[in-house]
Amino acid sequence: MFQLRKSISALMLAMVASAALADVTLLNSSYDVARDVYKDYNPMFQKYWKAKSGESIELKQSHGGSSKQVRAVADGLEADVVTMNQANDIEFLAEKGLVAKDWTKKFPNSASPYTSAMVFIVRKGNPKGIKDWNDLAATGTQIIIPHPKNTGNGRNTYLSAWAWALKQPGGNDKTAQEFLGKLLKNAPLFAAGGRDATTTFMQRKMGDALITFESEAEMIAKEFGKGDFEVVYPSLTMQTEFPVALVEKVVDKKGTRKQAQAYLEYLWSKEGQENAAQNYLRPRDAEILKKYASFFPPLKTFTVDEVFGGANKAFAIHFKDGGSFDQIYVQK
Amino acid sequence: MAAKTHRVLPGFGLALGYTLVYLSLLILLPLGGLILKASELGFGQIMDIALGERSLAAFRVTFGASFLAAAVNAFFGLIVAWILVRYPFPGKRFVDALVDLPFALPTAVAGITLATLYAGNGWLGQFIEPLGFKVAYTPWGIVVALTFITLPFVVRTLQPVIEDIETEVEEAAASLGASRWQTFVKVIFPAIFPALLTGFALAFARAVGEYGSVIFIAGNLPLISEITPLLIISKLEQYDVLGATALAVVMLGLSFLLLLSVNLLQWWTANRHKNSEPLEVAAAKASGGAQ
Amino acid sequence: MKSTRATQEPVWVRYTLLTIGLSFLFFFLGLPLLAVFVEALAQGVPVYIEALKEPETASAIWLTVGIALAVLPFNIVFGVAAAWAIAKFEFKGKSLLITLIDLPFAVSPVVAGLIFILLFGSQGTFGEWLSEHDIKIIFAVPGMILATLFITFPFIARELIPLMQAQGKDEEEAAVSLGASGWQMFIRVTLPNIKWGLLYGVILSNARAMGEFGAVSVVSGHIRGETNTLPLHVEILYNEYNAIGAFAAASILALLALVTLVAKTIVEWRMKKETEMLNTVLAPEKT
Repeated sequence: MFQLRKSISALMLAMVASAALADVTLLNSSYDVARDVYKDYNPMFQKYWKAKSGESIELKQSHGGSSKQVRAVADGLEADVVTMNQANDIEFLAEKGLVAKDWTKKFPNSASPYTSAMVFIVRKGNPKGIKDWNDLAATGTQIIIPHPKNTGNGRNTYLSAWAWALKQPGGNDKTAQEFLGKLLKNAPLFAAGGRDATTTFMQRKMGDALITFESEAEMIAKEFGKGDFEVVYPSLTMQTEFPVALVEKVVDKKGTRKQAQAYLEYLWSKEGQENAAQNYLRPRDAEILKKYASFFPPLKTFTVDEVFGGANKAFAIHFKDGGSFDQIYVQK
Repeated sequence: MAAKTHRVLPGFGLALGYTLVYLSLLILLPLGGLILKASELGFGQIMDIALGERSLAAFRVTFGASFLAAAVNAFFGLIVAWILVRYPFPGKRFVDALVDLPFALPTAVAGITLATLYAGNGWLGQFIEPLGFKVAYTPWGIVVALTFITLPFVVRTLQPVIEDIETEVEEAAASLGASRWQTFVKVIFPAIFPALLTGFALAFARAVGEYGSVIFIAGNLPLISEITPLLIISKLEQYDVLGATALAVVMLGLSFLLLLSVNLLQWWTANRHKNSEPLEVAAAKASGGAQ
Repeated sequence: MKSTRATQEPVWVRYTLLTIGLSFLFFFLGLPLLAVFVEALAQGVPVYIEALKEPETASAIWLTVGIALAVLPFNIVFGVAAAWAIAKFEFKGKSLLITLIDLPFAVSPVVAGLIFILLFGSQGTFGEWLSEHDIKIIFAVPGMILATLFITFPFIARELIPLMQAQGKDEEEAAVSLGASGWQMFIRVTLPNIKWGLLYGVILSNARAMGEFGAVSVVSGHIRGETNTLPLHVEILYNEYNAIGAFAAASILALLALVTLVAKTIVEWRMKKETEMLNTVLAPEKT
């Protein structure tokens, strides 16, 4: 009985927890591996805001797959801010009228406070001599990637390879699609997500290369040790953005616009930028980037806007049903 | 029988009324909403989605693997339920408790763990793969995951029914000269068959909808190892809620038809068994075969 | 001896069945479970304990248990009522009714979550009304309870129906004809007869309620320390490269499922005592 009562009270506690002690409560809806970033960032902001305005602020976090999170916000999850890893997800909220139409202009750097890039993780000593995208498409090489259609990580990989193929002599959409066909043939499976791909590569020892975010390499080292793998930087790869936005409808309803705005702006402060760098995300601030130069080797990147004319367009052409990815499989 | 004209037992109206109201509120209303949503698309478009090459392949994989998994569980589940009820062995209580675990373990954990076990360097994969048989990242992996996920159904529906069989009937059959095998086939099996079918149907139904565990072990290659729930997720990733509901409704319709036929079959066998063969008669019949 | 020949299988059959049954369980159940614990304890017991001490894990455990308990009474009442109507009476459309009860199993968990979003989400049927009255259903505990109710809906009914069908209605009819009221008949005759089936149903639906991920994930909103159940927490920990924490949390779910075993043992033990007492009372008359 004691247990019963305790859990019922826990349940009730959970229900009323929103009426907590702080003056203001903000909910940040974020992608799933962002925890380390915001775990350190939130207390920093709390301190900063207390000193600035005297207000104590409670910060709640929600983490999950990027598009899943965004769907929840569209369906009524009252998040004050969204901090995602795919621009087209925020674009969706803008279409629904929850986020300002010109959300990319509300903050510097297209509203993305830090970036990362798609890199290759290969086995120690790089036994297959993998240097660039064409090596991944070579016969006899196996690559491990998450599902290119259903996961952000997989989509970034797909677009990176596509952009690289476009830049080759005589490259056009047709050759790029052929190249992708060859590349995807080397994938013995499509992992359920970024983390699953890592487990498959590191723990189950499948494949010769894993393609993932630069920032993930450090998390891999944390879990599996540094000695087992090497990072390879291809000649051209995608600069992945981590766009942020205010959820206008929610901040107006809750009256938290001021605080939410400050919360996101603070991401561009020295402290915020340094925190990103410490989590192996490339800061926008040139000074901080220089300070952490050892983490971030120089890299030739492209943005989705440059090559594909925007995240939404890229998504529609390549990943919608019947798009270029589906054509590779079904038009055989 | 008299029961049909006037009912001796009380509570029919109350029990059925409550059942219908609760069922309508919690299940039929939401499912109706789903169907209504999908109907925004129109029949033609729904069919286009359902009959696309990838959808068809996914349906084949989903229903095929689910059927296999349910069949595996029906066979082994019967044996497991039997030994758990009838035979004493050390550690029985512990084994009995383990049977429920596939439900309690989050499906993702089950999928990750099974993939690790059956991968080329896993505890099981290292022995199986050299034999040329790959499980992880093939449709067989889906069967394995679904077998794990639905394992409790058959065992748990059979257990109370086997416990309920009175040994007197078996003794009667034996005293009339039936062999053990005859007793099993003519007396025991007919008594537990409806429950076995129920277990099979439930396992099958659950397997068809399963997503969380399968995606970790299936490999998810289009046309080869993609399941229908994955296609639904894929539509949601595209913010295509309508397309997702369309696929969901088609799946629901197929499952409904399959379940209905199993339940009709079950009702039919149960009735035949009950009306024409009281256990004593069955016992006599079983012995009749022996004489 | 003739009777043992008939009520027991030959020794070789018994051992064959035991071997087949137990090896099946070992490969399909034992090994995966062992693997979960091996992963959870990969860095030793202290790290395991440490992983479970995290406040977010603790709050997820209580939320999970709370939801499972909240769902239980609904499922018991429905299960018994539905099984009573279906197993003890004849009426038209019975197979259809049973199939409708089965249906929630066939609904993919993600879709099960989605249907509640379609009803109660801000773009959904009742969304506007709910937000006007400031009632939160989805992305809050009520929505999670609803989704869990949906997922576990058939268990108890489906466990009881075949059992009650096999038992027939002679005993209840006898009780009623001897003048028992409906309630007395239920408590004295029906309940003792179905207790094991009911218990199995409760155990199964409990396990499923605690382990459910897909449906709950869609309606929870994933707010840490607030609407995060244990299975959702497991996923997040795993994605954050905290495998120990993830598998430790999963092992807790396995252990929670085992708690029901204790309940079963206690019930069994008490029943045994009761029958023993009855036997000693009745013994002189019998011999």
